[in-house]
Amino acid sequence: MTFLVIFLVVIVVCALTLFVMYNKLVGLRNIVRNSWSQIDVQLKRRFDLIPNLVETAKGYMKHESETFIKVTEARAQAMSAISKGDVKEVGAAAANLDSALAKMMLTFENYPELKANQNFLALQEELTSTENKVAFARQAYNDAVMGYNNAVEMFPTNMVAAMFSFKQSDFFEIEDKAEKQAPKVTF
Amino acid sequence: MWELIRINKRKSLFVLILMFILMVSLSGTIGAGFYSFDWVKGMLWGALIGILLWAIQSAVAYFAGDDIVLHFNMAVVVTPESYPQLYNIVEEMKIAAGLAVMPEIYIIESTGMNAFATGIRPEKTAICVTRGLVENLDRDELQGVIAHEMSHILNRDVLFMTFAGVMLGTITMLSNIMLRGTVFANSGNRRSRKKGGFSGGHPVMILIILLFAIVAPVLARIFYFTISKKREYLADASAARLTRYPIGLASALQKIAKHSSVDFVSKITAPMFIVNPQFAGADEDSVFSGSTHPPVYKRIAILTQLQHGGKVSLENYQKLYEKELSTSGLFSKTTLESDKSEAVRAESTGKFTESRTDVADVILANTGFKIVTCECGLKIKLPPSDLRMKVVCPRCRKEVSVSGQSTAATENGGDELVFRRKNKNSWESFPCQCGKFTFQLSPLFRGTYAVCKRCKTKVRIEYPE
Repeated sequence: MTFLVIFLVVIVVCALTLFVMYNKLVGLRNIVRNSWSQIDVQLKRRFDLIPNLVETAKGYMKHESETFIKVTEARAQAMSAISKGDVKEVGAAAANLDSALAKMMLTFENYPELKANQNFLALQEELTSTENKVAFARQAYNDAVMGYNNAVEMFPTNMVAAMFSFKQSDFFEIEDKAEKQAPKVTF
Repeated sequence: MWELIRINKRKSLFVLILMFILMVSLSGTIGAGFYSFDWVKGMLWGALIGILLWAIQSAVAYFAGDDIVLHFNMAVVVTPESYPQLYNIVEEMKIAAGLAVMPEIYIIESTGMNAFATGIRPEKTAICVTRGLVENLDRDELQGVIAHEMSHILNRDVLFMTFAGVMLGTITMLSNIMLRGTVFANSGNRRSRKKGGFSGGHPVMILIILLFAIVAPVLARIFYFTISKKREYLADASAARLTRYPIGLASALQKIAKHSSVDFVSKITAPMFIVNPQFAGADEDSVFSGSTHPPVYKRIAILTQLQHGGKVSLENYQKLYEKELSTSGLFSKTTLESDKSEAVRAESTGKFTESRTDVADVILANTGFKIVTCECGLKIKLPPSDLRMKVVCPRCRKEVSVSGQSTAATENGGDELVFRRKNKNSWESFPCQCGKFTFQLSPLFRGTYAVCKRCKTKVRIEYPE
C-alpha cells in the first residue's frame, strides 16, 4: 500500500515537472516566433518607405540614377528573401539593403536643397527610425533565441526538448561579407 | 537576458518584506500599548489594522494612481503626427524591450527637463516627458531616457515603488499616532487613563515602545531609499542593454541634472523620474539625504565606463557598479565631477565597434555633425552647435583642427583680439575695446568667438588646458 502511494506520488511529481518544462519550452519558442514576426513587420515597413524616399529625392538628384537602381534592386532581393522566410537569407539580403541605403544617404549630402525639403526630412526621420527598429527587433530576436537555445541545450530541459523534438533556432546574423561592404566614411 | 534583473528583484523583494515586517510589528506594538491589559489580543488587532490601512491605500493607488498623476498635470497625449520623432523612439524601445503593449506617451508643458513612467498594471502604461526634454536632447540622448523609463515599466518598478511608498507612509503615520498617544495618555486625567492608553505598562516597556516609534520611520526611510536607488541603477543598466549605447543616456543625464526641477512632483511619483526633481543639483550621496535617486555623477561614471569597455552587458554594469560604489571614497566628488565632461566626449567618439557605427556616422553627418579623425585614429564627432575650430583629442591630447567652414574664419584675421580664459568653469567678464560693452562668459560657454553687441568686433576666446 505505502509502496503504491510512493509510486503514485513519484509519477505525479515527474509528470508535473514534465508539464512545467514543456510549457517553458513552448513559451520560449513562441517568444522567438513573435520576435521574428517583429523583424518581418519592420523590414516590410522599410520596403514601403524606400519608394517614397526615392521618389522625393529623384526630383532633386538627376545624376544619381545608379544609386537609386541599386537600392531598388536590393529592396526587391530582400523582399523575395522574406517571402521565403529563411533566417540566413534574410540576414544577407537585409545587410545588402543596409549598405545600399547608407550609400544613398551619403549622396544626399551633396544636395542642400533636398535637405531643406520638409517632406524629405520627415521621410529621413522615418527611415532612421525604421533602421533602428529593424536593429532593435533583431536584437530582441537574438536575445529570445539565446534564451530558447539555452533551454533546448541545457539539462534538464534538453531531455524534454529531445522528447518533443524542439530544435534550436538560428541567430539573425549579418554575414561577414556584407559587413565588409558597409561603406567606410572618411572626412 | 533578464536573469540579473530577476536576481535584483529578489533582493528588492527581500527589503520590501523587511519593511512589511517593520510595519506589522510597529502596528502590533501600538495595539499592545493601547490594550496593555490584554496585550496579545491588542497586538493582533493592531497588526491587523496596520495591514488593513496599508491595503486600502495600496488599492487606491493601484486603481487610480496613474490617472490622478497624469490628469493633474494636464499631460497631453502624443500621436505619431504631433511628435513623430518621440513616438518613433518610444516604439523603437518598445520593440527592443519586447513589450506586448505600446505605452501611451504624454507630454507636459514645462521647460524643465525630466521624464517619468507610470503604469502599475502592465496593460496600461504611460511614459511622460516634458517639452523641455524633447527640445533640448538629441535623438540618441532621448532614446537613452526613453529606454530608462521603458526599463522601469519592464521591471514593474512602478508597482514596486508604489507599494513601498505606501508602506513608508503607513509607518510614518503609525509612529505619529503612537507618539501622540503616549503624550496624550500622560497628560490626560486619571479617568481616561484607566480606560487604556499607555499607562498600563511598565515604564521600561513604555520607553521601548517610544524608542521603537522613533526608530521605525527612520529605518523605513532607509529601506525605501535603498530600494529606490537600486531600481534606478537597474533601470540604467537595462537602458544601456536596450540601446547598446550607454553614452546616449549618460549625456542626457548630464544635461538633465542641471534642469531637472519640474513643478508637479508628488512623493509617489518622485522615484519614477529619471533624475529626482526634488533634489535638483543637491548632494544626494547617502540614504540619509532623503533622495530617491543615486547621485547623477555616479550613474554617468558607470555608463561611460560601460561604453568604454565596449561590451554593454548587465554583468559589466554590475561590475562597474560594485567598483564604483566601493571606490567612491577614493575619489572626491569634485574630481569625478570635473572629469565627467571630458570622459563623456571621449566615449562618444568611438570604441563602439559595430558595423552600425559607420551607418550611424553617415546619418550623423546628414544632420550637420562634423566628424574629424585624429592622428591616433579616434573619430571625434561634433554636434552642429559646436563651433570650435580646434578640439583636443580625448585619447592622445593632441589638438585636431576641424575642417570646414570654421577654418576659413581663422585665416582672415592677422591682428584679431584674443581673450584667454583663466577658468573656464566660472563666470568671467572683460570690457570690449570700444569701452561700451562688457563681455560676460558663462561657465558653459565654449565658443571660439564672442561678438561685441555694440561695435561688432569679434574676439577670439581661448581656453586653458
